[in-house]
Amino acid sequence: MSYPAGLGIILATFLLAPVVGGLLTGLERKVIARLQGRVGPPLTQPFYDLVKLWHKRPQAANRIQIVYVYAHLFFMVTSLLAFLLGQDLLLILFIFSFATVALILGGLSVDSPYSRIGSQREIIQLVTYEPILVLLVIAYYQVTGSFMVSQARSLEQPLLFTLPLVLISFLPVFIIKVRKSPFDLATQLHEPHQELVKGIITEYSGPYLALIELASWYELVFLLALVSLFWATNWVGGLLLAAIFFFAVTVIDNITPRVTYSWMVKFVWKVGLGLAVVNVAWLYLWK
Amino acid sequence: MAWVSSARKRSPWLLHYETGGCNGCAIEFVAALTPLYDLERFGMLNTGNPKHADILVVTGCVNARSGRVLRNLYEQMSEPKVVVAVGVCACTGGIFHDGYNLAPGADKVVPVDLYLPNCAARPEAIIDALLTAADLLAETRRRDQHAHQRAPDQQG
Ligand code: SF4
Repeated sequence: MSYPAGLGIILATFLLAPVVGGLLTGLERKVIARLQGRVGPPLTQPFYDLVKLWHKRPQAANRIQIVYVYAHLFFMVTSLLAFLLGQDLLLILFIFSFATVALILGGLSVDSPYSRIGSQREIIQLVTYEPILVLLVIAYYQVTGSFMVSQARSLEQPLLFTLPLVLISFLPVFIIKVRKSPFDLATQLHEPHQELVKGIITEYSGPYLALIELASWYELVFLLALVSLFWATNWVGGLLLAAIFFFAVTVIDNITPRVTYSWMVKFVWKVGLGLAVVNVAWLYLWK
Repeated sequence: MAWVSSARKRSPWLLHYETGGCNGCAIEFVAALTPLYDLERFGMLNTGNPKHADILVVTGCVNARSGRVLRNLYEQMSEPKVVVAVGVCACTGGIFHDGYNLAPGADKVVPVDLYLPNCAARPEAIIDALLTAADLLAETRRRDQHAHQRAPDQQG
């Protein structure tokens, strides 16, 4: 990759990605409101929330919590940056998991039962979706012969045609990661569900909550970029795929109730992992 | 900064605490959150977590037990914050004012910024009060500097 193009991508990650993530979050809240037959907040609502939270008085239960919040944001931004620069997919997904681990450690560092139970649920979620991500990387290597993200652009046909089942099994992973129903066990960012108060983010307030919010925007952009990898040969196809995923997740969020964690583990491992394993085995045996 | 107060005005997150009373005001408040009245179009969310909230909505009459909880919730909220007393019970004690265990009004326990003396407060009136509270939030830009004093008798 040439030097100016790399610089452009770095700038886009720092300046453009939060704007896109924030607008997508606003759009999602608007769509949810319309599905429920109400007007809903303006499209720019997430930015008001962020500015307001940033200017509230900082209040932390302990100092280490602050470190973990910054680590969470740092790893989230790094994983998006590495992805856009076309780096090693295996490494990127490790960095991405580190971001979640930082949030979990922050939640566990506080003596609050809500935050602790939320963190434990987040650990279960991590255990649930991580095997699918590993299988995704294996399947990716099987098709492209490389772990580099940049490799996907030079394929003759999109990954979607060779890895359709892996893409389907990625749907529950996506839902878990963006904390949407039916898998919004650990916390929900903008919803008034009040089980466990706010779960893992209960003890964060003011600017620290703003950082978590910002990290969630980066996360959304990263996950959508990961979906568009399945049609990386053509950017229109990639965008279309990401848009379909985004609206599917929003609709699923509205029509499903929250499930228990044991149901989630069973379902995601049986159906999601099953589909991914079938796809990978098919690649090995018949290709 | 103008854009900070404008953001505060457009994104007030609510914390609702029902201290007692007949629960009428609490139900009207929840009605204001439903799709029919849709408080979220003003950016308001019912957070249920004092650490995330900007506006504390008190309904019902404050008694010895719930007053302690109310004070605790108020202290956990970070500045800037606004307290709205919804319903005549929360303002003065209302029809329960001569109860043996009651504080005559939420303002005996926490500093109340806005009073909405209806019985029961209708959702429209609640929305009006909350929008006024959001304006207050935007104005109290320097509020964090002269934070409300912690009353010595209410500690612990
Ligand atoms: S003000 Fe009236 S409606 Fe509201 S809680 Fe008191 S008695 Fe009930």
